[in-house]
Amino acid sequence: MRINLEWLREWISFDFEPYELAHQLTIGGLEVGSIETISCHSKGVLIAKIIDCRPHPNADRLNICQVDTGSSVHSVVCGAQNAQKNMLTAYAPLGSILPDGRTIEPVNLRGEESEGMLCSSAELGLIEDHSGLVEFEENAPLGAFIKDYLKLDDVALDLELTPNRGDCFSVIGIAREASALNGKSFKESSVKAVSAQITDSFDVSIKAKKACPRFVGRVIKGISTNAITPSWMRERLRRSGVRAINPIVDITNYVMLELGQPLHGYDLGKLSGSISVRDAMDSEELILIDNNKVELDPSVLVIADNSGPIGLAGIMGGKSTAVESTTTDVFLEAAFFSPTSIMGRARKFGLHTEASLRFERGVDPEQQLRAIERATQLLLEISGGNAGPVTISENKAYLPSSHSISLRHKRLESILGLSLEPDVIETSLKLLQMKVQKKDKDWLVIPPSFRFDLAIEEDLIEEIGRIIGYDNLPVTPEIGPLQLDTATEEYINEDCVVDRLVDRGYSEIISYSFIDKHLEEKINPNCRSIDLANPLSKELSVMRGSLWPGLLTTAKKNLSRQRSRIRIFEVGTQFLQESKEVKETRVIAGLALGQIWPEHWGNDNRDIDFFDMKADLEALFKFKNNKNSIAFALAEHPALTLGKTARILNYDKEIGWIGELHPELQQSMDFKSSTMLFSLEIESLLFREVSSFQAYSKYPSVRRDLALVLDEEVSSEQITSSIRDISGNQLREIKIFDVYRGKGIESSRKSLALGLILQDTSRTLTDKDVDEIIRSITSHLERTFRATIRK
Amino acid sequence: MSSVAELLKQAQNEVAITADPHELDDVRVKYLGKKGSITSLLKSLGKLPANKRAQAGKEINTAKDSLIESIQAQQLKISANEIANKLALNKIDITLSGRGPDSGNLHPITQTLRRIKKIFALANFEVRIGPEIEDDYHNFTALNIPEDHPARAMHDTFYLNSGSLLRTHTSPVQIRAMQKEGAPIRLIAPGRVYRCDSDLTHTPMFTQVEGLAVGDNVSFANLKFILYEFVSHFFEREVELRFRPAYFPFTEPSAEVDIRSDSGDWLEILGCGMVHPNVLRNVGIDPEKYTGYAFGMGVDRLAMLRYGVDDLRIFFENDLRFIEQFS
Repeated sequence: MRINLEWLREWISFDFEPYELAHQLTIGGLEVGSIETISCHSKGVLIAKIIDCRPHPNADRLNICQVDTGSSVHSVVCGAQNAQKNMLTAYAPLGSILPDGRTIEPVNLRGEESEGMLCSSAELGLIEDHSGLVEFEENAPLGAFIKDYLKLDDVALDLELTPNRGDCFSVIGIAREASALNGKSFKESSVKAVSAQITDSFDVSIKAKKACPRFVGRVIKGISTNAITPSWMRERLRRSGVRAINPIVDITNYVMLELGQPLHGYDLGKLSGSISVRDAMDSEELILIDNNKVELDPSVLVIADNSGPIGLAGIMGGKSTAVESTTTDVFLEAAFFSPTSIMGRARKFGLHTEASLRFERGVDPEQQLRAIERATQLLLEISGGNAGPVTISENKAYLPSSHSISLRHKRLESILGLSLEPDVIETSLKLLQMKVQKKDKDWLVIPPSFRFDLAIEEDLIEEIGRIIGYDNLPVTPEIGPLQLDTATEEYINEDCVVDRLVDRGYSEIISYSFIDKHLEEKINPNCRSIDLANPLSKELSVMRGSLWPGLLTTAKKNLSRQRSRIRIFEVGTQFLQESKEVKETRVIAGLALGQIWPEHWGNDNRDIDFFDMKADLEALFKFKNNKNSIAFALAEHPALTLGKTARILNYDKEIGWIGELHPELQQSMDFKSSTMLFSLEIESLLFREVSSFQAYSKYPSVRRDLALVLDEEVSSEQITSSIRDISGNQLREIKIFDVYRGKGIESSRKSLALGLILQDTSRTLTDKDVDEIIRSITSHLERTFRATIRK
Repeated sequence: MSSVAELLKQAQNEVAITADPHELDDVRVKYLGKKGSITSLLKSLGKLPANKRAQAGKEINTAKDSLIESIQAQQLKISANEIANKLALNKIDITLSGRGPDSGNLHPITQTLRRIKKIFALANFEVRIGPEIEDDYHNFTALNIPEDHPARAMHDTFYLNSGSLLRTHTSPVQIRAMQKEGAPIRLIAPGRVYRCDSDLTHTPMFTQVEGLAVGDNVSFANLKFILYEFVSHFFEREVELRFRPAYFPFTEPSAEVDIRSDSGDWLEILGCGMVHPNVLRNVGIDPEKYTGYAFGMGVDRLAMLRYGVDDLRIFFENDLRFIEQFS
């Protein structure tokens, strides 16, 4: 909502400073988004009358005008098409300055001297209208400076109104608020009823009684087609951001801006039969004023005559009955449409009009008659004509009724957290034009008809808080019991896990939860994608079933910025469609590519591989305090390379994946070096066993090394767990210190070198003891795994 | 000077100029070896007359002891020199950088979120999280935003084909928590939220923290207190705040809070208010018995202010040159 202060001052009884008012409105809840100064950009331009206008003897398109400033007459050469005798227009005399900086000097145009220039609106810096000279009304004072006459020393405020304050979409609404916020009472100016001069009226029948509980109409006939909208009104419209069109349209817009009640004028001659307000029917169509054709359905309220729909109720009128500059007879409409019957309808047609803006939020249900009287009064003043009687079609039962709200003093004080004298409360309410009735310590409050947003006690409490000023309300700490929190060890904070990954060289990224469908299908080809119904773009159209796409695209982006070594991770939600529901899982996922070390003078570098990343995950699993719950199982994943992929299990339940990016994906991403990925359900990392002390042996340990030759298929884990199973508690640790393939070993076999650390808790182990254990291990491995022992 | 004294002096001179253990040993053998000069002198004692023998013997033995002492001293000197020379050869440039993995960085939004959580944890706000795909009821209806309410248009909601939606705020977490736990309750709800909007100051996904405190006699004055506390602890200085009346369907009274920037402008940083009685009723809490406040803030926006980032979108570009600036 844009409002200019020159107009506002007409409605306010006290003086104010523009910036101060803007501040008051803002902290009063009507946020002023911007303040624009309206000033005169020309200097010395004044109002003058063309008293003679003749064609230039040597130029077809030019006229020579004699202009009268009231005190002198000047000869001006002018090219405007609309220049004519008796017209009042803007005259820039010699020495005056135009907004573009030009100083007016005498010129000779094809042999004729011109003592100045006649100006268009655009040349005066008002609006971009190049259609001709600016035209002033007959009674404009000759010789007055434009700056003074048009009051071009003004300020316009742009208000960002909240949806509950429909009442502030008008000069009167802002004036009420400004008054209340200044502690001044607001005087409603009354509009004099214009009595009927003719008996003409137009029939209106309301079919949609709930949607349109009131329709006020009036016929006005014999309007002059020569009239122009007075410059003061054009200026006010301009400063409110509304374009002037013709007097009838301008007046309806003007009254809407002033009182907040949208009006519509129909060309009476174009109406057929009678008007009805009803729901549209399927397959009905309507061409709107803006020439757009809309297809209607029963959810849309229309104004119709015998020819069919002639307007979208509360949104926009139709073309067939629109008033034009030639219209002499008009039918004015001022209706109350219920917000629910208008809400969302304009958006449905891609429209957003001043009328729908107001009706959607709600207009004052008691304002229709006043608006039509005000419009009549202005119309008769400006364009003449004769008014018929006002006709009111209404159904009071469906009009919002004023109701009383009880306000408890104690409740108010406990919600705002302060104590307030009863008269402060009453004064605040009365400033907002509420009717207040005292009941013991409390009140019954009836809000004015335009404050239909106030429904409950808390609404009134907010109003009182607003009038006192939120910044004047107290600041008080809460009082509560001192409470300690458990320092739980069985559940660790997610931050610990994240920090450990950061310590190991990974940087955190945050990517969007919606991704490109193609990428999603490549990573999770077997899952049903979760599509957005209204995505912003194709690249952001499905919910991610994995965090890998975000990591991959981030890696690609950074590679293109001359990075060669990348270690990144993200913590976020992945979305997977299960049979009926979407399963959301909080996941930590990472990507590493390039060399294992940052480039450094003292390292032999190499590319990262599976085991580098596995070590990073093992570091995270350390939090769990239970080595045996986690297992890595050889598995297949469509996004990962066969043979270099593991499913990660926690107590046999899948919690994630690790592996090397599939060569095809690597190629399509254009990655030059191999890329490692992991993904883990973060929740599974957070539960852990609380540590408990285990006594350690004070006797020396013995180490024996074993070199086994095994089939490729036998995993190291099979060997170690089998050794553990048979050697009992004297085996403390197994170290795998070499894995060898090649010379000396048959193909499809590998050599595994183990260091077994043996120790007893009650005595020193003898060579004999150790030999015994090793013998049983080797014979078991030979039997079970076709192992041969290298001597 | 006697010949013994001269011999000792000569020997000591020779010892003093030796540079390595071999040379030193050669000198030792020359004088003290089986055929050494001093050994020979001792051997020749017997040839002396008996009355001079003791005197000479003493003199020679004293010389021998001095020489042994000199040799030992020289031995220490030589080995010290050897160590010094060896160290000189193995000198390192201690200004070279250290070896080993380097650490990564947390995203600045996460760093900001952690600070926010930490501040509120000290006032007993517990963290609650919830689903990002929500239903209409928890995201709107329960929050006193009925169908067709203009506030729904303000939210620019993303819908899924299934009819579910991406939560537009973390308020549904509050609803679920109140439904489950009742009153009194005190929580913050951090998380990602979504609105279909994208420009300099809007991204389709952003991070929010909402807070809720419902209890006996919780007032607007308490809300003001907690937000003053939060803001000054977050920015680590006193910050001028402004509370403006605002409109949210789920709070009444409602306010928006601005902070005064260094340039003097007011910047909106959060929305808040007293929980609307309808919302309390919707979750089965009696609004006559309990009152409460709620607030919501954009973590990304706070991170922008804190770190001087001027374009919201840069947070989601994940350029490592950006992330590595926040260690």
